[in-house]
Amino acid sequence: MRVSLTVNGERLEGDAWGGESLLTFLRDTLELPGSKNACEQGECGSCSVLFDGTLVCSCLVLAAQAEGHEIVTVEGLAREDALHPVQQAFVDAGAVQCGFCTPGLVVAVVDLLARVPHPSDDEIRESLSGNLCRCTGYAKIFDAVRIAAERA
Amino acid sequence: MEVLRPRTLAEALALRAAHPEARPIQGGTDVLVELTFGHSRPDALLDLSELAELRGFTEEEDGVLRLGAGLTYAEAMQAPLATRLPALAEASRTVGSPQIRNRGTLGGNLGTGSPAGDALPPLLAERAEVELASVRGTQTLPLEDFLLGVKRTALATDELVTAIRLRPSGGAQTFAKVGPRNAMVIAICSLAVVVDTSEGEVRAAFGSAAVTAKRVTVSLADAAELPDRIAEAAAPIDDVRATAAYRRHALRVLATRTLERCLRS
Repeated sequence: MRVSLTVNGERLEGDAWGGESLLTFLRDTLELPGSKNACEQGECGSCSVLFDGTLVCSCLVLAAQAEGHEIVTVEGLAREDALHPVQQAFVDAGAVQCGFCTPGLVVAVVDLLARVPHPSDDEIRESLSGNLCRCTGYAKIFDAVRIAAERA
Repeated sequence: MEVLRPRTLAEALALRAAHPEARPIQGGTDVLVELTFGHSRPDALLDLSELAELRGFTEEEDGVLRLGAGLTYAEAMQAPLATRLPALAEASRTVGSPQIRNRGTLGGNLGTGSPAGDALPPLLAERAEVELASVRGTQTLPLEDFLLGVKRTALATDELVTAIRLRPSGGAQTFAKVGPRNAMVIAICSLAVVVDTSEGEVRAAFGSAAVTAKRVTVSLADAAELPDRIAEAAAPIDDVRATAAYRRHALRVLATRTLERCLRS
């Protein structure tokens, strides 16, 4: 089936099979591999995207359900000349180890700071509870959130 | 696999009647896992996510709240709903992660009908009814009559869950859940308690300790018996998450703790 949607401000379309997730549609059909495919069951958050401005796991959304909706992926965050402030904070804090969880975490942090500009540690912990870092680099990730919040 | 995408409830009910084999999907947090891992391969999906009729909630006459089947856990956690139904808000906050709560819905929790569904104990404790619609009309069933077994419900093949109706008791209430961490946990067992002084009773409902979530009611005077009554009503099993004995013990502890919390407030 034909699915047309807006991704990172651009109107795009492609063919999806009925049971296809938004995640594989983004990665394989629209060639946007920034959203990572790890657990495919909503456990790890590495496929996090914004769906009409709401944080979701793209592996748990049907590609067909995105028809006519607006998606923002990690690829849509940086400006041409500069990283998104959250991405820059991850770099500056050294919050990246293997990097596989990073795109999902960056999108989740962008969502958190848009709702709660100066989150407490508990708010950070709860907001990022759906994003797993198997390198267990959470301390640096928390540092990155604090740096991004301070700079905003 | 065909995806049917109605834009109105009337259209959805007509499609449901014409395609009884189509799997209804709302937020997708349960259905996508089934599809991706090949646990089910329905011929068609009936996508309900565009139906404005299922969204949000309305307050009706005599204080009845009608929660749309498409109400998300994230919405149930926010005021003003969270103030009217605090136990449901607490339970919603324990569901999955923010990503899951933004997408998962009460209607989906009912439709899946898992004994571990986190919204079910608080809804049972508030004596919720399920509104079911089809081209034949609309009927309302007490939630306890809707839940038949493990992932088995009274939903007919031409029906859709359209809403949950309840009259908030206004009583002190809370929800507690046992699991290995604070997020992304399928309940080992869970419990919602409502102290309803106007009815002179305490209503509790547990999850993950029988084939369905179940309610236990005791009079206020007999409130101290609640932990034993819950442990007696539970029929837990041994599985990968915990033993039956552990679940029964944990329910007793949760009952004592939640009751104390409610009676103190």
